[in-house]
Amino acid sequence: MASMRDIKRRRASIQSTQQITKAMKLVSTVKLQKSRTKAEASKPYSEMMYTTIGSMLRKSGTIDHKYLRPGQSKKKAVIAITSNRGLAGGYNNSIVKLLAGSDKTPAEDTYIYAIGRKGRDGLARKGYKIQRDYSDVINEPMYRDAADLTLELLDEFARGEIGEIYLAYTSFKNTVVHIPKLIKLLPVEMDFSKEENNTLLMNYEPNEDEVLNAIIPKYMSSLIYGALLEAVASENGARMTAMDSATSNAEEMIDSLSLQYNRARQDSITQELTEIIAGANAIS
Amino acid sequence: MAEVFRLQVITPDQTFYEGEASMVELTTTEGDIGIYKGHIPLTAIVSPGVLHIHEEGQVREAALMSGFIEVLPDQVIIMAEVVEWPEEIDVKRAEEARIRAERRLKSQSGEVDVARAELALKRALVRLEMRK
Repeated sequence: MASMRDIKRRRASIQSTQQITKAMKLVSTVKLQKSRTKAEASKPYSEMMYTTIGSMLRKSGTIDHKYLRPGQSKKKAVIAITSNRGLAGGYNNSIVKLLAGSDKTPAEDTYIYAIGRKGRDGLARKGYKIQRDYSDVINEPMYRDAADLTLELLDEFARGEIGEIYLAYTSFKNTVVHIPKLIKLLPVEMDFSKEENNTLLMNYEPNEDEVLNAIIPKYMSSLIYGALLEAVASENGARMTAMDSATSNAEEMIDSLSLQYNRARQDSITQELTEIIAGANAIS
Repeated sequence: MAEVFRLQVITPDQTFYEGEASMVELTTTEGDIGIYKGHIPLTAIVSPGVLHIHEEGQVREAALMSGFIEVLPDQVIIMAEVVEWPEEIDVKRAEEARIRAERRLKSQSGEVDVARAELALKRALVRLEMRK
């Protein structure tokens, strides 16, 4: 049995850890509120964008546009959004696992455009090639960042260096449910299974091709920006949940250690008493 | 008074404007257009310019830099990447941007640079014009 002093020391150390996890939980709760509001404020834009692109492509189903067919290259670009900091449960690891486990993104044919250090390191360990690293973006995502990244990717797509562009991020359902997702950005693919009886005759100025040229990059930017905001919200949500369970685990350990400590103390008292009584008996 | 329609100006961060307007004027890549209620459905690309929103009894202005506009039968939606009310414009920064863009245009190097500098100059001029 561990000595009283050891138990006491252990309990004190767990107590201070618990204080840290408690504080981290509070911090991420506040951050979650903030990032969640931001993510929600950006929803109308990306939803409208999706509707616009959807109705455009639906009506012009036969249109042959460079952004609607895969490039010649077999290489795939994946924007992997994770966090710069750990202690967020399985948040970062689930993105790494998602990519490593998907046959759409084999390590030898995939370039990673990392946003978030944890994912970058995890993917590098799995043998992925890290093409570029934008990890600072995740601290304070701005629309401008997403737009710049889009331009860069489209440039490489146009040069034929990459054939497809994917986006891997953690979608924010609610405070406790976050789903890692892998979506295809380019070539643009839409789910037309839902029949829409919208027969509005839209006019495009100057023409459909030019409009697609201009709108698809904006569409990509809005998806990336939305993903960044959601990822930040998910990260804070994941950290909050992780820290909450860490705090309650610490509580449990402290309880059981307190019990052990009290027992040990009682044992030593009892033993001392027995010794004194035995000693007294021997003298008399 | 002309009939009004619903107008929304949405940016990636927020809904910038939402309300009833009788007319809206803006600059597209094809030139300036004004839209009343009952305009044919149209999608066009925005180029830097001043956005005029004609409301009941007043006209509001904003600097609209990039995005696109969608005219639907029941409403008009402007998807703006960058849009600012006059009071949000930083005059000093715009002035600096104008000077820098002009300098770049004068030095003439590479074709892409010229297009970008021209766009930057246009943006700076729109911003400055609004604050006059």
